[in-house]
Amino acid sequence: MADDPKFKNRKFKAVGTRPPRPDGLDKVTGRAKYGADTFAPGQLVALVLRSPHAHAQIKRIDTSKAEKLKGVKAVITSKDLPDVTNGDRDLYDTLENCLARDRALYDGHAVAAVAAIDELTARKALKLIRVTYKVLPHVTDVDAAMKPGAPIVQPRVYTRGVSPKPKSPSNVAKVSEFGHGDVEAGFKAADVVVEKSYKTEQTHQGYIEPHACLASVGPDGHGELWVTTQGHFVYRNTCAALLGMDVAKLKVTASEIGGGFGGKTHVWMEPIALALSRKANRPVKLEMTRDEVFRSTGPTSSTSIDVKIGVKKNGTITAASAELRYQDGAFPGIWAMLGAMTAYACYDLKNVKTIGYDVLVNRPKVAAYRAPSAPMAAFAVESTINEVAAKIGMDPVDFRIKNAAKEGTKSSYGPTYGPIGIGPTLAAVKKHPHMRGKLGKNQGRGMACGFWFNFGGETCTDLNIGVDGTVTLTVGTVDVGGARASLSLIAAEELGIPYERVKCNIADTGSLGHNHMTDGSRGTFSSGMSTIFAARHAIEELCQRAANTWEIPVKDVVWHEGNAIAKGKKHKQLQPLSLGDLAAGSENTGGPIAGHSQIVADGAGVSFASHICDIEVDPETSATKVVRYTVIQDAGKAIHPDYVEGQFQGGAAQGIGWALNEEYIYGDDGRLQNPGFLDYRIPVCSDLPFIDTQILEIPNPNHPYGIRGVGETSIVPPLAAIGNALSDITGVRMTHVPMSPPRIRKAIKEKQA
Amino acid sequence: MMAGTLVSTMINGDATEFVCQTGETLLEVLRNRLGLTGSKEGCGTGDCGACSVTLDGRLVCSCLVLGVEAQGREVGTVEGLADGDSLHPLQSNFIKHAALQCGICTPGFLIASKALLDRNSNPTDEEIRFALAGNLCRCTGYDKIVRAVRATATELRKK
Amino acid sequence: MKYQTPSTSKEAAVLIQGERGQAFVLAGGTDLMVRMKGRFVEPDLLVDIKQIPAMQSIKKLATGFRIGAAVSAAEMGENTSLKKTWPGVVESANLIGSDQIQNRCTIAGNLCNASPAADAVPALIAAGAKVNVVGPQRRRTVAVEKVITGPGTTSLRKGEVVEAITLPKRPPKSGDAYLRFTPRSEMDIAVVGAGVSLTLDSNLVIKSARVALGAVAPTPLLVPAAAQAIVGTKLNKAALNLLAQACCAACNPIDDKRGTIEFRTEVAGVLAQRAAKMAYQRARGK
Repeated sequence: MADDPKFKNRKFKAVGTRPPRPDGLDKVTGRAKYGADTFAPGQLVALVLRSPHAHAQIKRIDTSKAEKLKGVKAVITSKDLPDVTNGDRDLYDTLENCLARDRALYDGHAVAAVAAIDELTARKALKLIRVTYKVLPHVTDVDAAMKPGAPIVQPRVYTRGVSPKPKSPSNVAKVSEFGHGDVEAGFKAADVVVEKSYKTEQTHQGYIEPHACLASVGPDGHGELWVTTQGHFVYRNTCAALLGMDVAKLKVTASEIGGGFGGKTHVWMEPIALALSRKANRPVKLEMTRDEVFRSTGPTSSTSIDVKIGVKKNGTITAASAELRYQDGAFPGIWAMLGAMTAYACYDLKNVKTIGYDVLVNRPKVAAYRAPSAPMAAFAVESTINEVAAKIGMDPVDFRIKNAAKEGTKSSYGPTYGPIGIGPTLAAVKKHPHMRGKLGKNQGRGMACGFWFNFGGETCTDLNIGVDGTVTLTVGTVDVGGARASLSLIAAEELGIPYERVKCNIADTGSLGHNHMTDGSRGTFSSGMSTIFAARHAIEELCQRAANTWEIPVKDVVWHEGNAIAKGKKHKQLQPLSLGDLAAGSENTGGPIAGHSQIVADGAGVSFASHICDIEVDPETSATKVVRYTVIQDAGKAIHPDYVEGQFQGGAAQGIGWALNEEYIYGDDGRLQNPGFLDYRIPVCSDLPFIDTQILEIPNPNHPYGIRGVGETSIVPPLAAIGNALSDITGVRMTHVPMSPPRIRKAIKEKQA
Repeated sequence: MMAGTLVSTMINGDATEFVCQTGETLLEVLRNRLGLTGSKEGCGTGDCGACSVTLDGRLVCSCLVLGVEAQGREVGTVEGLADGDSLHPLQSNFIKHAALQCGICTPGFLIASKALLDRNSNPTDEEIRFALAGNLCRCTGYDKIVRAVRATATELRKK
Repeated sequence: MKYQTPSTSKEAAVLIQGERGQAFVLAGGTDLMVRMKGRFVEPDLLVDIKQIPAMQSIKKLATGFRIGAAVSAAEMGENTSLKKTWPGVVESANLIGSDQIQNRCTIAGNLCNASPAADAVPALIAAGAKVNVVGPQRRRTVAVEKVITGPGTTSLRKGEVVEAITLPKRPPKSGDAYLRFTPRSEMDIAVVGAGVSLTLDSNLVIKSARVALGAVAPTPLLVPAAAQAIVGTKLNKAALNLLAQACCAACNPIDDKRGTIEFRTEVAGVLAQRAAKMAYQRARGK
């Protein structure tokens, strides 16, 4: 669909410029309203009681004393969220994650909640709730969870993806296999085979805004939810289903969002706020603390990955395989599957096979984190690629170029690629001055590649023309980092009017059709596509109005640079009618002028990036600092280059943090030891250099403007790029992420010994 | 229930009185009692800087100051940065240089950046980076923030 | 919770002693308020000492410097005389947290919080600092290394309040330094910290020295053996090696979320050497 062959020659006027974002002023003056920034008359404050145990049977919850405390308006347990999921397994998992039922499955699992007139009272009430636990054996390590005899996290889970169907429950929730060709034959044909094993620790998206919402539900079954989310339509559907409400009667408004990176694609405590509000018949505000964000929302998987690559001396990869074990937390997910799909996506391989094991452990339910699952697989594969190149004495960039996927390559996960950017990003690496820059003392250089699918999905958009000729663009995808500017540029481009005449709003769920959430780098891709169609729909109407005004057939009217023009010599006396003219006269030509689009935005173009990184390592302490960093990525078409660069830089920074310091640290007791920004160490300003960017534009043929998603791929290469730079300077191959100073020190000593 | 304490302060130059419990933080007072929600709570433990304000001209985390400690003192928040309808140059430059994506950390960065420029009109990039190390941003990788602050310093020196 | 703002040290001590529940001194609040937020402590009384004149300033006396307990780390950094005389102590204070934290936190608070990883404490121990303590009945002075008795515990008795920390008068050709290891460049807790203070004779031979380590034992450590390793030397390679060995030998760390036993032990020696070199250069006037 939407295949416009002319985009390559298209000259853009608005698209590609860098105007100020429409929400900028609100955000620099403190006026923008985020999840916790709104208040309702008579609102209550809610707090959640959470399990201190990694795994425990909940024998009894006594809420009677809490309920009797003056000022407490509602106390809920799982009894107040009865199972109305009708056998929908995923929905039941979500229900159980929101509020534990017979068992607490991880440290931080919600067990009960209260709503009271103020925080002090709510806090007292929490202390009065008595929970009787029977502590059960737990497992938090992915490899340990796969061993025979490991505590079973979910007795209802039997391994999917294997035959025959297993007879007993397992922590392996799902096995996924991808690839083609004959890897065994491929390894036999190889001159050199390299096998390596890797581990990566669990990381969190680390958005600065904790989850927050304001819920208001009445006994009439109508309700409203103000919430920080990446997808308010999806939240609406999920919450309505869990609470047994009608979808249409729950209006969800997305606040400004203070970062999500995938972590705000799932409901966590919103159903609790709604249930409390329903029980108290008062508005309820629920804000997570940072501690709760770390313990009780969805970080990404920790992993254990084995990689095997065979190669001819001439540099041709003959076979590649990988086994990827990803933990999903306490509920089945698709994370190992995504790892298995992305692992070798950069390469053109005759024989390739990957197997993903999605594994349950007593940790919080894993959620998406920017290109979910790809960074860990890329760390393992891209580190091994460097080892292989070294073994055959080939430059690692040349080796990648020789084996890079291209148009027509059958990808390791199935589909055949159209025009793609891996080759061009590698060619740009070769040419980049960074590669020739002189390294200082104790400095090393590395590079690595990364891939992400990108996504499209359900999208619905309205475009309304005001009487003064300004345009209201109404979209249903949450703006996580500048999308309103990009979408306004697209509407301005399509209509041929100045950017300043477009105002983009994010609609609540009561004002627009369903939209999938802002994930999969889809915001600008899919709402951009839908905006183009809505604008074209409006242009059809504008042309019709011009035809009506001129009393000529509509086929004689064309739209050009913001004006309706009558085609042909016979109409040469007709002066063009601008959008403003047509808007001003709309009352007499048929009423309001609007365009609408409702689509499934298919054809999201896959995205590739190559990163170059210089690091400096203290030879005595292994303190590591990134001193230079370059991101080269294919954007398809950069609509607002500032915010494309911003995505490149932000993803790289998150990847750098992951590579060097960030990790969930669990104690033997199964409790998270570092649920705060002091000991969960995300990069601070003085940790990073400027992050250079180079935007490539290899148009996505499936989008009218050639757009590809740009948000996620940039987090994929940094882990391996840094690992390769570390190897360059220390001679040691790091196989455990984060590559923290104690781990580097230990690896160097082991090599010396 | 214990009675609250009456506190008299100056907030963004305006005499302000409020009643709060002794355990309430200045951040809670600003947000929940005075409607000044520009200061954000990202951690509540002084690790993220999203709640940065000035107290008698000094940069602090308002989550680590009690409301009652504001008695007789001057508090500056992001809501007081602009002078009427003209933005502070830091505010303009943050927009111009795309120094914000989600924007949740922006108020804290603006207050911290202003505190830096008030005492050092010509900071090096490294000085900017260390002065802003108490403010976490998870979206931008800090690149465009540092550039916006540097551009502002240059602009202010020309004035 | 009650909140009091006494105007004398004694008044503060009496208030705390008289409280039946949990009473805490509130100075910068950068540790206490974090513990309150996490509900690790739920005070019944907070005694804010920032309005006590005796605690508010840095004074240069004939006997050295007196730093009031309510003086922020930032104010220490702004005091050029203090910074010139005790650069290591000031640097250690200025490493605690961000600028936001600097404007609130105090070295007295850093001491009384009694973390094994407290940045200011090894530098203060190396400097031979003394602590002026005021109780409801009497005052006393105690060596800084005698204050912390274990993680989170001190030798201060109920009702005793730190009024000031004093640094001794500095002989000529003296220098000090504090270095710490953190994975991030800022906003981190020391994985290892090392403070060195030394004085040279006219031939640039180390006449006296004190070496202290942080985050390698349940309390910050004074390591006399490490000082002995460098006294009488010009900090040559052999002396530096002995210094590192003595530091590593003194370490009794734990494996935790911030570092390993192995790493801490090794890096303690490295940092002590670097701090000693820096202190030596400063003593030489370079």
